[in-house]
Amino acid sequence: MQDNNWRILTRPLIDDNPLTLQILGICSALAVTTSLDTALLMSLVVVCVLAFGSGSVSLIRNHIPHSVRIIVQITIIATLVIVVDQVLQAYAFELSKRLSVFVGLIITNCIVLGRAESFAMHNGFVASTLDGIGNGLGYSLILVIVGAIREFFGKGSLLNVQILIPTSQGGSFEPLHLMLLPPSAFFIIGGIIWFIRRKRPQQVEKAEFTLRTREQEPK
Amino acid sequence: MNAFFELFLRSVFLDNLALSFFLGMCTFLAVSKRVDTAFGVGLAMMVVQTVTVPVNNLIYTWLLAPGALAWAGLGEVDLSFLRLIAFIGVIAAMVQVLEMTLEFHVPKLHRAMGIFLPLITVNCAILGGSLFMVERSYSFAESVVFGFGSGFGWALAIVIFAAIRERLKYADIPEGLQGLGINFIIAGIMSLGFMAFAGMG
Repeated sequence: MQDNNWRILTRPLIDDNPLTLQILGICSALAVTTSLDTALLMSLVVVCVLAFGSGSVSLIRNHIPHSVRIIVQITIIATLVIVVDQVLQAYAFELSKRLSVFVGLIITNCIVLGRAESFAMHNGFVASTLDGIGNGLGYSLILVIVGAIREFFGKGSLLNVQILIPTSQGGSFEPLHLMLLPPSAFFIIGGIIWFIRRKRPQQVEKAEFTLRTREQEPK
Repeated sequence: MNAFFELFLRSVFLDNLALSFFLGMCTFLAVSKRVDTAFGVGLAMMVVQTVTVPVNNLIYTWLLAPGALAWAGLGEVDLSFLRLIAFIGVIAAMVQVLEMTLEFHVPKLHRAMGIFLPLITVNCAILGGSLFMVERSYSFAESVVFGFGSGFGWALAIVIFAAIRERLKYADIPEGLQGLGINFIIAGIMSLGFMAFAGMG
């Protein structure tokens, strides 16, 4: 049992990562990663919403009529997100302004709904909460990596602490402005997927067509 | 008139929901294997966006915004914290209504959009459009233009993306990059291309 729970928690980190394998929740992951602090805050928020969301959906899973389950799930998630949004606006106003609409968009983030639908509806409270936390952490892992790369190469800093001095201030580091623009997020995540699949060849998707070599060519 | 046209161009190219705000990415990556399905989703998205953004605009200005209830004598009530749940409700309801109307009056179009309409409810681009509308405080007329423009931009992006993917299945891609990896990179290059429109402003 202990072993099983540990697996539920750690599987989504690399082997079944929501971003790189399940294609869930990509929208917000790309948009909030221009710097490390917003990425961290977003990760925290998503882990909380996922854990509580999956937990509460699993608690009432036997009482939800099948036909209205999506609406019930969305309502639970939306309520959680509103709470989180209000808390952020109260205690971290600056950061919540920079996250702009993306906190609200957690409602339609497919990770939360996807995990509620595919896991929490069939499993007990503890397992569902752990699954929520695990998927949240898997999401956070990618977010933090991308956020760190983009902030480091884009501004030469990490968590707003200047590490490399840019040329404009007499240093020798030329900031890569492309890193702060949307396309770089796509490239970095594409690269991360490539890297993970090199290490975990079973995740590689089969090509629809393969090239024929000279010898196989029909005469 | 000129301002509206500018807003339209801006929401189609420069502030493209898919490529510069990454909204609706899950659908964008998942249903772009073939051009005709991509066209169906794009169309559904465009219609839903054009309807929901103005409706949410009305609801926000007359019910939820701080001081909006002044017409009912409740000037000091601020319900703006309810906007997330109100918007998602409106979107789900509008999609349902739209689906029934289309099925009844334009069955051909309904078949073209097929299963994509319900899927659109949980598409973040739709909710995102409404939230951007609040954040940038568009007027009603502007929200109509913005709704149509952003939906059109998203549809344009997914159709182009699907066309590239259709071509790409004959390409010899490194093993680990096959599938999702290369899709991200294509989307990145497309996003670079769309950014070139920034000069138009």
